[in-house]
Amino acid sequence: MKPPPFEYLAVDSVDAAVGALAEAGGDGKIIAGGQSLLPMLNFRLLRPSVLVDINRVPDLAYVRDDGDRIRIGALTRHYMLQTSELVAAQLPVLHEAMQHVAHLAIRNRGTIGGSLSHADPAAELPMMTLLLDANLDVRSASGRRTIGAQDFFLGALSTALEEDDMVVAIDVPKLPARTGWAFEEVSRRSGDFALACVAVTLSNREDKFGRVRIGMMGVGETPMRASEAEALLEGQPYSDGLVDAAINAIRASVEPNTDLHASSDYRRHLVGILAERAIRKAWTRAMEGSDA
Amino acid sequence: MPEAVSIRITVNGVTYERSVEPRLLLSDFLRGELGLTGTHVGCEHGVCGACTVLVNGDSARSCLFLAAQLDGAEVKTVEGLGTAQAMSPVQKAFHECHALQCGFCTPGMLITTMDILSKFPDADDEQIREGLSGNLCRCTGYQNIVRAVRMAADNIKAQAQEEAAS
Repeated sequence: MKPPPFEYLAVDSVDAAVGALAEAGGDGKIIAGGQSLLPMLNFRLLRPSVLVDINRVPDLAYVRDDGDRIRIGALTRHYMLQTSELVAAQLPVLHEAMQHVAHLAIRNRGTIGGSLSHADPAAELPMMTLLLDANLDVRSASGRRTIGAQDFFLGALSTALEEDDMVVAIDVPKLPARTGWAFEEVSRRSGDFALACVAVTLSNREDKFGRVRIGMMGVGETPMRASEAEALLEGQPYSDGLVDAAINAIRASVEPNTDLHASSDYRRHLVGILAERAIRKAWTRAMEGSDA
Repeated sequence: MPEAVSIRITVNGVTYERSVEPRLLLSDFLRGELGLTGTHVGCEHGVCGACTVLVNGDSARSCLFLAAQLDGAEVKTVEGLGTAQAMSPVQKAFHECHALQCGFCTPGMLITTMDILSKFPDADDEQIREGLSGNLCRCTGYQNIVRAVRMAADNIKAQAQEEAAS
């Protein structure tokens, strides 16, 4: 339960960080909050030759209003995101999700860039970037590029990041006014990873479903969007039968794992229950035209 | 052998200059290098909360921190809260509420309580429970710990009011 040996390099700029990663030739790891990386090191699931510490890089921790988007620096701690008034006002569904992220001491340290790069399939932030159509700004020694959340998560703990890439910021479109939203999660204990989770944003267009976004996690190797259910709902008037059809589509589309905590069948059952609650709650909020 | 890292770190008000191996965990630095064995090591992967300390005022798992990362940092451990003769308000409340049995989780509980009460001085029961949810206790059933945090919050507020009035 002690980490294997590694070199330690504290850098003071993004350029130095990605330079060190390139130099390590795939053997280097960025350490930000370390709340996922250090357990993996303690278990010796990873043996990097060098840890590149970005905690002293200035101007990487922020939540910024960028017109029609919210920009979040990679080093933003979960606690800062959880308590951001900007997030609470513009992205209430993300604010709600943050209440479910780990525990106080972990939230004080853990970062959004780290959570996304780690890509645990049962973590909240990867799913939220997918739900909210976020883009990830990525830097490497050879340049800068943007990866959409839909192209970022490739598998459990596997992302589109190359060995010398570093996430530097996340760019999230603000939700349109009168967007209804909901976040429903079941975990064994407060702050644990989810057994299953569903988050929804939707709009009400002349008493019909407008744009619908449904994110799910805990029921596959990556967070997922329920595209089939989204398409079923969009443009249709609300009815119990329609919601049931969407729930059935969701249950049919997932292949959850069985593990110590829950069986595949239970997770499939659960994701439907959570989706039903979330769709109804989001629809009610959209009808009220408020985010109360 | 990786190059050692020089750090200057303040723990419970005392500044230490040390050269540490990069992989040395803060928990082992505190216990092994400084002899501060009040910080307990339970799971060593961030689940149990026993090793929680304050780093620059915020609670953090010392098993998920490298000592090398702490150059210039201020750390507070359970030894920095008070003494048996002069207990801090939080320690007093734990004592009065019988909020510990075997005591293994207690240092982490006390430190976490410090952070809860500094961030949410008016914490209600739900906030207290949520705040404590990252710390495991296998003896008490938590009820007396929640009671102790509530009592500590009340005592701290009463003390502040008294001081303001005098």
